[in-house]
Amino acid sequence: MSTKYLRVHRLRRIYVWELPVRIYHWLNAAAIIALIVTGFWISDPPALMSNQEASNRFLFGWVRYIHFISSYIFFFNFLFRIYWGFAGNKYADWKQFIPTSKRFIREMWTVFKIDILMLKKNGEQQEHISIGHNAMAGFIYFLTFIAFLVQCLTGFGLYAGMSGWWLPKLFSWVPAVFGGDILTRQIHHWTMWFFILFAIVHVYLVFYHDYVEGRGEISSMGGGWKFIEEEVFEENRHHTPNPESSEVVGTA
Amino acid sequence: MSNDVITKQPTYYQEIIRKGYSRRDFVRFAGMMAAFIGLENSAIGQVAKALETNPRIPIIWLHFQECTCCSESFIRSSHPIVADILLDKVSLDYTETLMAASGIQAEEALKNTMSKYKGEYILCVEGSVPTAADGVYCMIGGKTSMQILDEAAEGAKAIIAWGSCACNGCVQAAKPNPTSATPIHKLVKGKPVIKVPGCPPIGEVMAGVIVHLLTFGKIPELDRLGRPKAFYSKRVHDTCYRRPFFDAGLFVESFDDENAQKGYCLYKVGCKGPSTYNACGVTKWNGGTSFPIQSGHPCIGCSEENFWDNGRFYERGSAFAGFGIESDADTVGKVALGVTAAALAGHAIYTNINKSRIIDRLTAEGKASEKEMEG
Repeated sequence: MSTKYLRVHRLRRIYVWELPVRIYHWLNAAAIIALIVTGFWISDPPALMSNQEASNRFLFGWVRYIHFISSYIFFFNFLFRIYWGFAGNKYADWKQFIPTSKRFIREMWTVFKIDILMLKKNGEQQEHISIGHNAMAGFIYFLTFIAFLVQCLTGFGLYAGMSGWWLPKLFSWVPAVFGGDILTRQIHHWTMWFFILFAIVHVYLVFYHDYVEGRGEISSMGGGWKFIEEEVFEENRHHTPNPESSEVVGTA
Repeated sequence: MSNDVITKQPTYYQEIIRKGYSRRDFVRFAGMMAAFIGLENSAIGQVAKALETNPRIPIIWLHFQECTCCSESFIRSSHPIVADILLDKVSLDYTETLMAASGIQAEEALKNTMSKYKGEYILCVEGSVPTAADGVYCMIGGKTSMQILDEAAEGAKAIIAWGSCACNGCVQAAKPNPTSATPIHKLVKGKPVIKVPGCPPIGEVMAGVIVHLLTFGKIPELDRLGRPKAFYSKRVHDTCYRRPFFDAGLFVESFDDENAQKGYCLYKVGCKGPSTYNACGVTKWNGGTSFPIQSGHPCIGCSEENFWDNGRFYERGSAFAGFGIESDADTVGKVALGVTAAALAGHAIYTNINKSRIIDRLTAEGKASEKEMEG
């Protein structure tokens, strides 16, 4: 290894993910796993036979119960995250997720070139440095929020008929829009697959960024810390989608 | 003026007695109807009084694209008075299936009722209306069903859409819907439409809707989809006697297995009870004899919109339009999962090649730090 570019960096520690964001993230992950497992079970229950009388068993009832409990956790957690998009730090801000500027879209394109197509520039391998989400990730999370919304609408819409509480009853208009429970159930089922595909790509990319950049991507959702080279920080070479206007930002 | 004409009409009670029923039969009928509509005990008197004092409401009963199973179901209501009076007498004004008149006389009767009782009559529609090719796919007496519906709906007080055909188009509106079969509520504007879906709807439900109209003089409370709440507010699933097997997780796996014999839940062989709003589990069919699930057949969701296109009858899996009938959401999902996994594996390999210098630099830096620490 030539010593030409070998230099031990001084790293600056940045508190990226605040505790509420981390709690949200892991609660969300747990709820989604529980919802997917019980959801598959509900859609096609395994043939677990028993000699017990039906009155002594409540197996399927419990599976559905877990699904409904998890859905409430998921729902309120989702509401909290929306609130935190206004109350949290700049990496949690709602503007990190919605492409509202040309700059945001330009950064998405840059990420696409550097991290997905892995194009070189003048024969040099490129690196795209962000501290919070990059623009592409932010936009994908925005899509997940829409999927969250679809699942909450269709899920609570289906649940409204069997609930006496006003909250799920607020969603009783949803099946009426789709002409009944059957189509609503199908939309609920299809959308679940988005969560599965998202989760796989998400976990892969976390490993990818940690591997290629070495800035603490994986552990950041544990302690909240990410690390950035002092000179990158000083030269403002890192990117933030939709930064606040006062902030001095680097160029692509 | 039209009110004067109506008061000259005999009351239902008069018609019933004239038909040879006793007072006892009449009271029994009133009690039964009150129970079906979901009224409490004290309202039986109200029903009886309404039938005694209200003149019969003129009804025009039109048949378009349908199989007449709604009429069949109606005349099989558990009480003979339903067929005798509500249908026989009530629909004498005009109904293609049961009226005595034919040809010009029948058309004349329709026209007379429409002008004589303008704004007073109830229009019952059985069947959907084809709108393709200017409606030529369903013509009666030289007119398209679209024209007949428009004319009849204009002077109607309220419209009852009988059955899935009139409510959502049923089988003739299933893809590709060659005649553009259209449900009634999409064609009639500015009139209350009561939807009574089902293929057919339960006879007692149909009778209940009519008795409600004449007892209270107004349309019953409807849900968001326009169905009377008294009959369509509960899922078949929630009133199913096999529900404990569902909660226990005991399911029929195939129609010839031991579980089917034991009467386990039909959920896994495609029962649409959990998504179907109807009174089958409570009112049952043919005078309370049975209903599909009791006979060992899963509910096909015949009172739900587009039930022909909403997936297969005997499977829970949901068919995915455009991917062939054998593909369901999970098959498509698994393929997408495989493609994603392959793409990620490719990306991982590509990363090691195309970002090699960056990765090497990181590794070298890490090793250098390690040495410094030891030193």
